[in-house]
Amino acid sequence: MSINNAIEFNNVQKIYYLHINIGFKELLLHPIKYKREKRKRTLIAINDITFSIKKGESFGLTGPNGSGKSTILGLIAGVLKPDCGIIKTNGRIAPLLELGAGFHPELTGRENIMLNSIILGMTKKKAEKKIDEIIEFSELGDFIEQPIRTYSTGMLARLGFSVAVYIDPEVLLVDEILAVGDENFQKKCIDKMMSFKNKGVTIVFVSHSMAQVHEICDRVARMEKGKLLSIENT
Amino acid sequence: MNKKSAIYYVDLITILTKKEIKIRYKNSVLGYLWSIANPLMNAIIYYFVFKIIMKFNIKDYTLFLISALFPWQWILNSIMGGANSFVGNASLIKKVIFPRHFLPLAQVLNDAFHFIVSIPVIIVFLLYYHKAPSIDWFIYLPLMLIPTFLMVYGFSLLVASLNIFFRDIQYLVGIIMALLFYITPVLYSISFIPKKYKNLVLINPFTPLIINWRDIFMHNHINLANYALTVLYSVVVIVIGFAVYKKLQVRFAEVI
Repeated sequence: MSINNAIEFNNVQKIYYLHINIGFKELLLHPIKYKREKRKRTLIAINDITFSIKKGESFGLTGPNGSGKSTILGLIAGVLKPDCGIIKTNGRIAPLLELGAGFHPELTGRENIMLNSIILGMTKKKAEKKIDEIIEFSELGDFIEQPIRTYSTGMLARLGFSVAVYIDPEVLLVDEILAVGDENFQKKCIDKMMSFKNKGVTIVFVSHSMAQVHEICDRVARMEKGKLLSIENT
Repeated sequence: MNKKSAIYYVDLITILTKKEIKIRYKNSVLGYLWSIANPLMNAIIYYFVFKIIMKFNIKDYTLFLISALFPWQWILNSIMGGANSFVGNASLIKKVIFPRHFLPLAQVLNDAFHFIVSIPVIIVFLLYYHKAPSIDWFIYLPLMLIPTFLMVYGFSLLVASLNIFFRDIQYLVGIIMALLFYITPVLYSISFIPKKYKNLVLINPFTPLIINWRDIFMHNHINLANYALTVLYSVVVIVIGFAVYKKLQVRFAEVI
């Protein structure tokens, strides 16, 4: 792959098998029908997609629900494997987790930060060094010692975002997380993303809000039904 | 590409296991007592039913029971809890690439920890029956902890992976474990079993394992043939567990 690129997709296709929701009962009772159904019920989540994202670029993905945006993020993160085509990535990739993903409600904010930082790839030593900064950025104050089941949705979002921005990624994946949190914090997140951008971090940003996409991204891809309709400069 | 150091993996498994242990103790003053209350309560019930009512002729029956119930508790909790360890962390599996087999591993290590800290309770019962732990335990315990861990982890990985594809598995596991409990010599001695059914009990991978644990706790002794069988079963189970996990895990994120 070109050394200037952070992410390359070449003719990538991803198919979901919907049989999985048919369940165990069908497998036991109608094994033949099950096999047949399995082959029939597929969904092409993304179809023959080719694009590349340059290092340091901010790339927006927009499109209606089910158009394949999150599938692309999953493929970049490596949690999904493509059925066809080649995906190449370059650099440390970190996803921005959705609300409370990987958090445990009974643990305190501080404990959850440690847990999440390590799951996202920090060593314990590094996480301990960064934890004060993370807490400060989250603006949670004394709440940080409380179990997070007592947190509001907005507070959870802050906690999640704060961890993600401190893992020091080279490629940051953002999936519509900015829809939550108060306006103040949203602004802070955008500022933080801008500062990431200025530091040369590659950002892949999925959003419904065109305003946010235009504010942050250099290029925007529009998707529909698994196809890439266009890529435009903003 | 994202090569991580061994230190990182140690950190990850440590924090995941600590999390499991912490959660169990949060909000409960009697934390430690709760984890031993269950097998102890069961021991009392079985003692009443089988010793007092059915008049089983087994010496030191309470000790006989708990020396098998405690390891059984580890097996049961890890496999039942393990079944949910992927499904319960769906959001992580969908977004973050990390060694997913660490999730059931943390569960198994948590239960292993609880088993180890419950050994003093067994010692108390030993003393009550005028027996004593032996210095040999320092060899015997690790010798058994390892195959028990492998077997439990193998089963956990297996049911956790399958549970992503068929959610019915977690209910099935409950039933199968209840069944296995009665065809494992926990409540009775293997010598009680009619010849006709002996193979059925021996083919159960938990049978030699439980017999070994009881032999150590009650008689400071390991039967070599039994031990060899335990090791064999545990290796087979962990290999199958990992093979199934490896095969299925590529599709975890899209199915979950």
